[in-house]
Amino acid sequence: MNGVHDMGGMQGLGAIVPEPEGSPFHAAWEARVHALTVASPTRGNIDAGRHQREMIPGPEYLAMSYYQKWFRSLCDLLVAKGFATRQEIASGKGAAAAVKAVPHLTGDAVTETLTRPGTYIRESAAKPAFALGDRVRARNINPNGHTRLPRYARGHSGLVVAIHGTHVFPDSHAHGLGEDPRTLYGVRFTARELWGEAANPRDTVTLDLWEPYLERA
Amino acid sequence: MALRVKALESLLVEKGLVDPAALDAIVDHYEHRVGPRNGARVVARAWSDPDYKGRLMADATGAIAELGYTGRQGEHMVVVENTPELHNLVVCTLCSCYPWPVLGLPPVWYKSSAYRSRAVIDPRGVVAEFGVALRDDIEVRVWDSTAEVRYLVLPERPAGTEDLDEEALAALVTRDGMIGTARL
Repeated sequence: MNGVHDMGGMQGLGAIVPEPEGSPFHAAWEARVHALTVASPTRGNIDAGRHQREMIPGPEYLAMSYYQKWFRSLCDLLVAKGFATRQEIASGKGAAAAVKAVPHLTGDAVTETLTRPGTYIRESAAKPAFALGDRVRARNINPNGHTRLPRYARGHSGLVVAIHGTHVFPDSHAHGLGEDPRTLYGVRFTARELWGEAANPRDTVTLDLWEPYLERA
Repeated sequence: MALRVKALESLLVEKGLVDPAALDAIVDHYEHRVGPRNGARVVARAWSDPDYKGRLMADATGAIAELGYTGRQGEHMVVVENTPELHNLVVCTLCSCYPWPVLGLPPVWYKSSAYRSRAVIDPRGVVAEFGVALRDDIEVRVWDSTAEVRYLVLPERPAGTEDLDEEALAALVTRDGMIGTARL
């Protein structure tokens, strides 16, 4: 989806404000939003969570702080998945007669859950279509749904510099279409290919791109 | 916002969908257990131990796990090394992907529209805003974290640190140096 979240290469979005190392949260509610998102029963699908944030209308997305976006998308997902109604979320009170659920993440399991080594690699019989050093082009696709192929790379060609194995494919997974593992490649584009002759000829940008995003150049 | 978040928390606890003790433990984890000091220990070990550095460059996820740093947003780690001729810069243009086990949660600027938009088109200008001037003849490699691979920059070991032990070396390593908006 060609949303404002896909902002690589835009200019004029303001100044960068460095900050010293310190607490990652700048208000107590930000910490609670982070924790609620991690503990929420909607948490299982990281791609669906990302897509939910991308669906915040562009003008609002740009005006919101990071954790305002997380709060908004958490509420939207809870409603979409039937865990709560808008009215319940606004009032903080559950409708009567609801059966009490059992939390899927309990306090004693948090450390083990957050530090457990995980993987997005899935077994697949598929052979990679491209090899290290192959020249590939990012396809010109404009799907309505979730994708991790940024607009700034589409139509441009680069070199395969890494093959990461077959990874869960977000374009399918975000939409409940299964994990649909596909080969993931590191693809290096020269800055001149992406941005034109004014770019430094030494500079490059490397993206991790799934096989369906690529064609032979 | 604070009241709306409180209302949501009350609702989800009342419904039995979240355990309040889990929320407290999650906040504690991200405030105290993960953060850039973890990454600094990885860098200091790599500077001090050539065998470790070899394992780190070949299999970063495994080498980082040797120091006990594993878990969410660190499932597939890659370490990229700065040299006198090469500078690496990490960004996530599409959202805010960041190696949580070694750097903690990202600073606000890393998640900002300003950084996400410009890091790929003007990395030299972005780094200059952090006070780092990169010579024209240094190669700049930007890494856009578009998948579940997470990147950690291995900065150059500063000159004159031959006598320092790992702990003292780790104290020299900054968060921004491991993202690539600083050089050590």
